[in-house]
Amino acid sequence: MDLTLKIWRQENRQAKGRFETYLVTNISPDSSFLEMLDILNQQLVDKFEMPVCFDHDCREGICGMCGLYINGRPHGPDTGVTTCQLHMRKFKDGDTITVEPWRAKPFPIIRDLVVDRSAFDKIIEAGGYVSVNTGGVPDANALPISKKDADIAMDAAACIGCGACVASCKNASAMLFVSAKVSQLSMLPQGKIEAKERVKKMVAKMDELGFGNCTNTGACEAECPKEISLSHIARMNRELYAAKIL
Amino acid sequence: MAKLESKIPEGPIAEKWTRYKAHQKLVNPANKRKLDIIVVGTGLAGASASASLGEMGFKVKTFCIQDSPRRAHSIAAQGGINAAKNYQNDGDSVYRLFYDTIKGGDYRAREANVHRLAEVSNLIIDQCVAQGVPFAREYGGLLDNRSFGGAQVSRTFYARGQTGQQLLLGAYSALMRQVEKKSVTLYTRTEMLDVVIVDGKARGIVTRNLVTGEIDCHFGHAVVIASGGYGNAFFLSTNAMGSNGSAAWQVYKKGACFANPSYVQIHPTCIPVHGDFQSKLTLMSESLRNDGRIWVPAKKEDAEAIRAGKLKPTDIAEADRDYYLERRYPAFGNLVPRDVASRAAKERCDAGYGVGTGLAVYLDFSDAINRLGKEVVEQRYGNLFQMYEKIVDDNPYETPMMIYPAIHYTMGGIWVDYELQTTIPGLFAIGEANFSDHGANRLGASALMQGLADGYFVLPYTIQNYLSDDILTPRMSPEAPEFQEAKKAAQARIDKLMSINGQVSVDSFHRRFGLKLWDLVGMARNKEGLKQAVADFQQMKKEFWTQVRIPGDKNSFNPELEKAGRVADFIEIGELMARDALNREESCGGHFREEFQTDEGEALRNDTDFMYAAAWEYKGFDEDPVLHKEALVYENIKVQTRNYKK
Repeated sequence: MDLTLKIWRQENRQAKGRFETYLVTNISPDSSFLEMLDILNQQLVDKFEMPVCFDHDCREGICGMCGLYINGRPHGPDTGVTTCQLHMRKFKDGDTITVEPWRAKPFPIIRDLVVDRSAFDKIIEAGGYVSVNTGGVPDANALPISKKDADIAMDAAACIGCGACVASCKNASAMLFVSAKVSQLSMLPQGKIEAKERVKKMVAKMDELGFGNCTNTGACEAECPKEISLSHIARMNRELYAAKIL
Repeated sequence: MAKLESKIPEGPIAEKWTRYKAHQKLVNPANKRKLDIIVVGTGLAGASASASLGEMGFKVKTFCIQDSPRRAHSIAAQGGINAAKNYQNDGDSVYRLFYDTIKGGDYRAREANVHRLAEVSNLIIDQCVAQGVPFAREYGGLLDNRSFGGAQVSRTFYARGQTGQQLLLGAYSALMRQVEKKSVTLYTRTEMLDVVIVDGKARGIVTRNLVTGEIDCHFGHAVVIASGGYGNAFFLSTNAMGSNGSAAWQVYKKGACFANPSYVQIHPTCIPVHGDFQSKLTLMSESLRNDGRIWVPAKKEDAEAIRAGKLKPTDIAEADRDYYLERRYPAFGNLVPRDVASRAAKERCDAGYGVGTGLAVYLDFSDAINRLGKEVVEQRYGNLFQMYEKIVDDNPYETPMMIYPAIHYTMGGIWVDYELQTTIPGLFAIGEANFSDHGANRLGASALMQGLADGYFVLPYTIQNYLSDDILTPRMSPEAPEFQEAKKAAQARIDKLMSINGQVSVDSFHRRFGLKLWDLVGMARNKEGLKQAVADFQQMKKEFWTQVRIPGDKNSFNPELEKAGRVADFIEIGELMARDALNREESCGGHFREEFQTDEGEALRNDTDFMYAAAWEYKGFDEDPVLHKEALVYENIKVQTRNYKK
C-alpha cells in the first residue's frame, strides 16, 4: 500500500505545531499502524531527520501508552482496539491519513504526538484505591462476592487509562475513566467502605485538573478501546449524589 | 573480588523464613522516616515494594521510564498467578508448589528462596483481594482457579485474560495512595543511567529526565532494582518496546554479579513472525493450553499442501493429525512446561511438519467448543481470541490458531542472596531483574507470584536487616564527589553517543543483533555457534560505538537516544549470554545445548559438573568476565530427571 500521511509535528509544549506531509510506500496490509510509523521513522532517521515521536510500549493493547487521533477518531477507524492493535488492512491503498495527538487541555503536548497524561495518575492518587496496607488482611475466600458483581467490577477494571475517552469528548471530560475506577470499587464489598469519600475526592480532583463535564453524547463509550460502558458514569453519578446527600 | 554468600538461614526448610523473620534486625518507626530508599521500576515488584515500604514509613523515591507507573510491562501478563491455597481440594500444598517450581526450573534454583516463595504465595492472593482486584469467581462467590503448565493441580488465580493488568493496577493503586501520603515521591519518564557507590555501598542513582534530557543525582540509603528482564535483547520478543536490561547492566558494571544470563524463556504459544517489518511478538496466554490442543499434520505432504495454501487445517482428518505433546508426554499432555512445549514445536517444524510459513503449529479449540459450547470458551478466552483475530485476521472459533515459540522472560538476572541483596551492599534486586527463583525455566503464572512476593512480603523485611545498621547515616548531598563523578560519566556516555554521527540507525543495529542472538543463543545452542556469537557480538559492540546514527539532540525528548543507550547494553548482555551458554555444557530448562540431549531429544542435564548458579563478575569493557559458582544443594527434594511422560 502507498499512503500519504499528514502528521502533527511540534517540538515541545511551547513550540507552534503544524502538519507535515509524508509519503510511505509498499506498506503491507498485515503490518500494524505503529509498524507503519516505524517504517516512516526509519526513513526519517536515514535522512538524519528527527523521527515522529509517539508513545507506545506493550504493542498488544493493554498498557494504555499508545493513543493517536487518526482521521478524526481516537485509536483510528477500527472499534474495540488501541492504536497499536490497529492494522493497515483497515485502510485502502492511496489513502491520506491524518494523525494527531490527543487534544485536551489537561493533556499538554510533550512532543509531536506524545502528550502528558499524568492528570490521570493524580485522579487515582486522590482516592482510586482501597485503603489497606500490606499484610494483616483476611483470607481471600473469607468474603464471597457474587459472580455477577465481580464480573461488573471486572468490566470496569478493564480500563487501560489511555485517555481516548477524553480525546473523543467535546468537553474533554474524564468521566468514563473516573467512573470505571469508582464503579469497580463500589461494586465490591472491599471498596464500599470508603465509597462515598472516594467518589467525592476523585470527582473534585477531576474538576480541579480542568476536565470538562459530561453531556451524555456517548462518544467516550463508542471510542473506548476496551468498550467500557456508559452505565459506569450513571453509577458514578448515583454514588456521587448519594455521597453528597446522604 | 566478589564473594557469593547466599545467607540461607539455618533450620529445616519450612522454618527458615519464620526463623529469619524472628531474628532479623528491624528499624523502628522514628528511624524509618530518616531512611531513603530508591526503587527503580514500577512493575509488580517495584510498585508493590514501593507501596509497602512507604506504608512502613520509609521515604521512598520511585522511578519509571513510562509516563505512568501503571504502564510497566507486568500489565501484559495474561493468564494468572499461582498460589498454594488448595481451594480446589486437589491436593495442593506449600510443599507441592515448592516442589513443582524447583522441578519446573530443572533443579537449578535455590531451595530456600523457592520455599519462601511458595509460603508467601497465599498471602499475595489475600492482599490482592483486599485491594479490590476482581479475580474470577464461581457462582457461589468463591474464587475460581485454572490449570497451568508443569502442575497437576489447579492453583492459578486469574482475572479473565488480564491478570497482570489487574494485579499491577492493585499495586499501582497502593503506590499512588502512598504518593498522596507523600511517603513515596514518584519520578515518571525518568531513566536510571547509573548507580552511585560510596565506600563500597550503593547510595544512589544517576537519572535522565526523558522529557528535558536533564541529568540528576538522587541519594538513597539503599537502592532497589526492579527493572525487569532483558528479553528485548532479541529485538523480537513478547516484551514491551521499552523493556530493557540497562539498569541491571549498569549495576553489573559497578560490581554486582550477573547470574545465569543464558537462562531465557521461550514461550511456546505466541503469534508467529509474519514479516520483516514486525516490531514485536504477541503472546497467546498459556491458559489456552487448558482447552486448546496442539497439533501438526502427521503427513509431510499435508503440511506441504497447507503451506502452499492448497489445504486448510479443517480439511485434515482426525487420524491424520499429530497431537505431538499428547503423544510424547501422556501424563501432562498439552500442559507440559514451556521449555518442553517450545522445543517440541521446533522439533516438528524443523522436521518439515510446520504450517503457515513453516514456523508455526496449530492450537485447536474445536474439541473444547464441541465439549463446552462456544459460549463457555468465549467466557474463558474471549479477549485472547479477539486479540488474535485483530492481529492475524483469522477467526479462532472457526479455524485453529497458529502459534510458534518466542522469547518471553529471562530467568537469569542480577545475583542476589536470600535477602535479595546483590554482591554490592545496599543494592537489592527484585522481580524478573534478579535470578532468584525460577532456575533454568519458569513455570506459567509464577512470574506474577514472584514479583509480588518479593515486593510485598520479602524485600520490605530483608531490607531492614541491612538498613538497621544505617540509622545514623545522614542523607548525602547529590553534590558529593561520588555523585558528581557518576553524573559526569553518564553525561560523557551520552555525549559520546550523540557525537558518533554514523550511518546506521539504532533499530537496524538492534534488529541485526537480535536475529543473530536468536539464531546462535536461542532455542538450540552449540559450542561452535556460541563461540561465533561471542566473537560477533564483540565486533558488533565496536561497530555500534563507531557507526550508530542518532538524530535530534540530548536536551529534549529523544526516543532514538533512549533506545541507543539500551541497545548498546543489549549487545553486551548478549555477549555474556553467549559466554554463559558456552560455559554450561549441559542442557537444562530453557538452555538447550544440541550436544547434550538424550536419544529421544530430551534435555540432558549434567548434575555432577553443573549443579551451580553461574554468577559473572565484570572486569572491564574489553576484559573477559570472571565466573563465580554458587553450588546448589538439594536437601528437601530428590533431584531426578524431569519426566512429564508418566
